Amino acid sequence: MMHYLNIFIQAVFVENIILVFFLGMCTFLAVSKRVETAIGLGMAVIMMMAISVPINSIIYRYLLRDGALVWAGLPDVDLSFLGLVIYIAIIAAMVQILEMVLERYFPALQHALGIFLPLITVNCAILGASLFMVEREYNFNESMVFGIGSGVGWALAIIMMAAIREKLKYADVPDGLKGLGIAFITAGLMSLGFMSFSGIKL
Amino acid sequence: MSSLSTTSTDKCKIALINPLFDSNPITVQILGICSVLAVTTSLKSTLIMCAAVIAVLTLTNTTVSIIRHHIPASIRIIVQMTIIASLVIVVDQFIKAYAFEMSKPLSVFVGLIVTNCIIMGRAEAFAMHNPPGLSFLDGLGHGIGYSMVLIIVATVRELLGTGRLLGYTLMPSVFEGGWYYPNSMMVLAPSAFFIIGLLIWALRSWKSHQVEKDQ
Repeated sequence: MMHYLNIFIQAVFVENIILVFFLGMCTFLAVSKRVETAIGLGMAVIMMMAISVPINSIIYRYLLRDGALVWAGLPDVDLSFLGLVIYIAIIAAMVQILEMVLERYFPALQHALGIFLPLITVNCAILGASLFMVEREYNFNESMVFGIGSGVGWALAIIMMAAIREKLKYADVPDGLKGLGIAFITAGLMSLGFMSFSGIKL
Repeated sequence: MSSLSTTSTDKCKIALINPLFDSNPITVQILGICSVLAVTTSLKSTLIMCAAVIAVLTLTNTTVSIIRHHIPASIRIIVQMTIIASLVIVVDQFIKAYAFEMSKPLSVFVGLIVTNCIIMGRAEAFAMHNPPGLSFLDGLGHGIGYSMVLIIVATVRELLGTGRLLGYTLMPSVFEGGWYYPNSMMVLAPSAFFIIGLLIWALRSWKSHQVEKDQ
């Protein structure tokens, strides 16, 4: 149990996927102007990560990695080079399915997420989490905890960023720094804050 | 090349030069920042990353442009994604084969070129509506605009962070008996944000029409 808690804390704080690995940056800067939309997008990302990382983990384990096809009588086949195409296809398919399920059973939530749901397909944080899962050789349970943790970390960062940017409207920013420039500086300061977790060994 | 001769040289020039400063993918269009910041801790890995992005960007633009009349509009995203992912796999395997020790620090970031929004963005916005020659130049221009920002950030970070550049010692650090105290924050994550933020400030002071209006 402790082991899973460690993976979770590490994914949320110590190795925050935006502020330490810079993944999902475009959406992070483009959709962080209002807290409400940031919360909606954060929820969608948590959901997608929790679904797509474990599924990609199963596919890697039983279809792609070196010697994974032993059960089919093909012990020498190594399909790991196909990983990228398969992961992105799985993510795109999951987004589509999630959208349909939400539309059928939770129309209010689907309405709240709006156009952010399809946009998640090209959010590199999702694909990045799957690639990290492969690189760090997480098993099914670990990958599920890691997926949820990364999603929570991403959501936490974008909600904080949106809250800061809402207040920034009242600040007197130099002309050249307005908008994107000051957003970068703010993200840098937040990243500096998250660095203080980096000494923690779990 | 026949498509090149039919388009005026002016158009070619705009496609190639414009993305360098006036519509730089990173500082103006906010595209492709995802994979930018993480690889800029050392200049060498940055150069490999830039080469990979330029290769994928020009090839994707050209390929999409060649088959643009045969792609049904309803499934164009999937078609573009498949083209991009296949090209990225080729580049990834190429780097692993010929520069294996460099592929380690790049880690997952070569793979993440797939979701780099510059590539998808240019395929969708430019290559779908323009002939192959022009699309090739547009891809090259955006690739160079992207690389320029990356190389500036990587140079600052590596030089101030370690006192070295591409393995040559320019400012001998105190650990090697020199005078320079390496600023270790430069090799950590936050510095990349600050450098890009300041770069945007400098660029917008020079080209003041890029300044964002108050809402």
